Amino acid sequence: MSAELFSLFYQFADVFAFLILSAAGLAIVFGMMGVINMAHGEFIMCGAYVTVGLVRIGLPLAVAQGLAAVTAGLVGVVVEFLIVRRFYKRPLDSLLATWGLSLIVTQSMLLIVGSSITGIGTPEGSFAIGPYTFSTYRLVLFACAVAVLVGLYIVFMKTRFGVLARATMQNAEMARALGARTGRIYAISFGIGAGLAGLCGALYAPTMTLIPTMGATFVVESFVTVVVGGANVLLGTAPAAVFLAMIRMALNASYGQIIGQIGMLFAVILIIRVLPEGLSSVLVRRGR
Amino acid sequence: MLKLLDGAQTLGKGWTFWSCFLIVLAAALIYPAFADSYDVGNFSYFLIWIFMALGLCLMWGYGGMLSFGQTFFFGISGYGYGVLAINMGGGSTTIAALALAVVMAMIAAGILGYFMIWGGINGIFFGIVTLSATLVLAFFLGQTAGPEWHIGPARLNGFNGMKGMDPLAVGDTYIEGSALYYVMVALIVVVYIGLRMLLNSRIGNVIVAVRENPQRAEMLGYDVRKYQLLTFVIGSALAGLSGALYTSWGQFITPSSIGLPAAAMPIVWVAFSGRSDLTATLVGSFLLLFAFQTITVYSQQMALILMGGLLLATVMLAPQGFVLGIGKLVVDRWTGHRRGDTNAVMADTARLQSDET
Repeated sequence: MSAELFSLFYQFADVFAFLILSAAGLAIVFGMMGVINMAHGEFIMCGAYVTVGLVRIGLPLAVAQGLAAVTAGLVGVVVEFLIVRRFYKRPLDSLLATWGLSLIVTQSMLLIVGSSITGIGTPEGSFAIGPYTFSTYRLVLFACAVAVLVGLYIVFMKTRFGVLARATMQNAEMARALGARTGRIYAISFGIGAGLAGLCGALYAPTMTLIPTMGATFVVESFVTVVVGGANVLLGTAPAAVFLAMIRMALNASYGQIIGQIGMLFAVILIIRVLPEGLSSVLVRRGR
Repeated sequence: MLKLLDGAQTLGKGWTFWSCFLIVLAAALIYPAFADSYDVGNFSYFLIWIFMALGLCLMWGYGGMLSFGQTFFFGISGYGYGVLAINMGGGSTTIAALALAVVMAMIAAGILGYFMIWGGINGIFFGIVTLSATLVLAFFLGQTAGPEWHIGPARLNGFNGMKGMDPLAVGDTYIEGSALYYVMVALIVVVYIGLRMLLNSRIGNVIVAVRENPQRAEMLGYDVRKYQLLTFVIGSALAGLSGALYTSWGQFITPSSIGLPAAAMPIVWVAFSGRSDLTATLVGSFLLLFAFQTITVYSQQMALILMGGLLLATVMLAPQGFVLGIGKLVVDRWTGHRRGDTNAVMADTARLQSDET
């Protein structure tokens, strides 16, 4: 019995980790600046490629993953400075600009690196409970997802940067008037978002085939999580991921991955009819 | 009725504009007499996509709804045509298949649009929900390679694509070559004129009013949601028309016509052309398709990089669109010079820069 229960938890944890890791970066950028970064998938791809490259030259996997996330974050800061910065007052145009960037990056990678490179293989290690065996790495991913949530909570709720960031999120003009350097806060937030996307790519790099278009595998999950989460991402993203992971897990188990994804999409479409502002709007109302 | 051809919502009016229109149309009509059949076929191919661009122009430029889902409806209708044409047999029934395929796209747009518009989701979310639906459809069709995925005798075939449907036909004769070209030209003229009349009618004015300020339109007593849904269904139906025509043109469709990067293409055409005007979209999309096809022959990646670059350049340098901007500048220069009146030019450029949505 406990084996079945653990199996259920394991499946839930797997989907939950995927949703949180792929959505965290997008959610931070959206929550802070109201910008949806359409090149999100390309930052994920960046993290994955850097990881594989560094492992090839002999670095241990965990170090490579950390460096990959940092690289993606730095690239993010550059992209913010060159492109995204100009569009904070025109969110729809920022969508188009980052989409253009995403096209350029994926197609250039296809030209330069070619369609696929050899992966590095999932770290081995499994354990058995009752009749089932489980991969340890999947649980590591779940732990990382939880760590990302805790880390974001600490950064945004317990640090000086977090206070300034939340002030900027609520009312950028006022924050600026009170002396917060909103430009720098935006740049750092975009960097954090890109870094989290890179981390997602780094963590999933060992588990999948690396192709320049791999970002597309993650964007649907990240979009729907952010849509269900709603405007207040600090509050909404985690419950949204729990909710979607439940649906996905139930459907995956009985009908397979693709039906799981379709079911998740239908759930999202129903939710926006009932709760157009996402789960966070309910939570905010309850909190008052 | 004819009064609706010219109006506040569409650029170009009077005899100058319409004689240019007739000259271009006449040139398009005699073109097959001077070109070989390969080029005529290619031209028909460009024209296929124009409907999708005009649909997006209606939704985004006039309705203020940025849909990333044009290829979603393109795919539904494209696959719909394939399945119907295979199941209903060839001959004249293919025309019924085309019509039904477009209706399928409209029904899908009605359902998706109902949930999004009645839910009241805003600009950015509208885009990413439609894009999510598009990508999920592409993933779904991508994994239908097995023989169990079939509708009647029509195999979906996963990434290899569906094939084996008949092209459009009347009786026993296929509509192909220059006949197909003339059908396309006729359809474009009908759709273009139809949209012009729609936009300059009372309905079109309300659609634009909703884009400008939904609250104000609502206060004036219009049910904003109904007009938005109407716009979304018409725009998506035009994407569906493109899809069905595409499948019929090549007797072939794959999921790659739906997913990324295909989904970005209509956005690039319309943004580059100038989303706020039908004529600019028509001209610009055609030019871009022509350029894209020419470069694709050498390298598809290069063509797509160019499209991405154009999108980036458009939003950074000319958010209202290059074709529209240049067109307006030329017209203003010309008329301004004739009247010796530069104020109009200044006022118009100022308006161009200021109205950002």
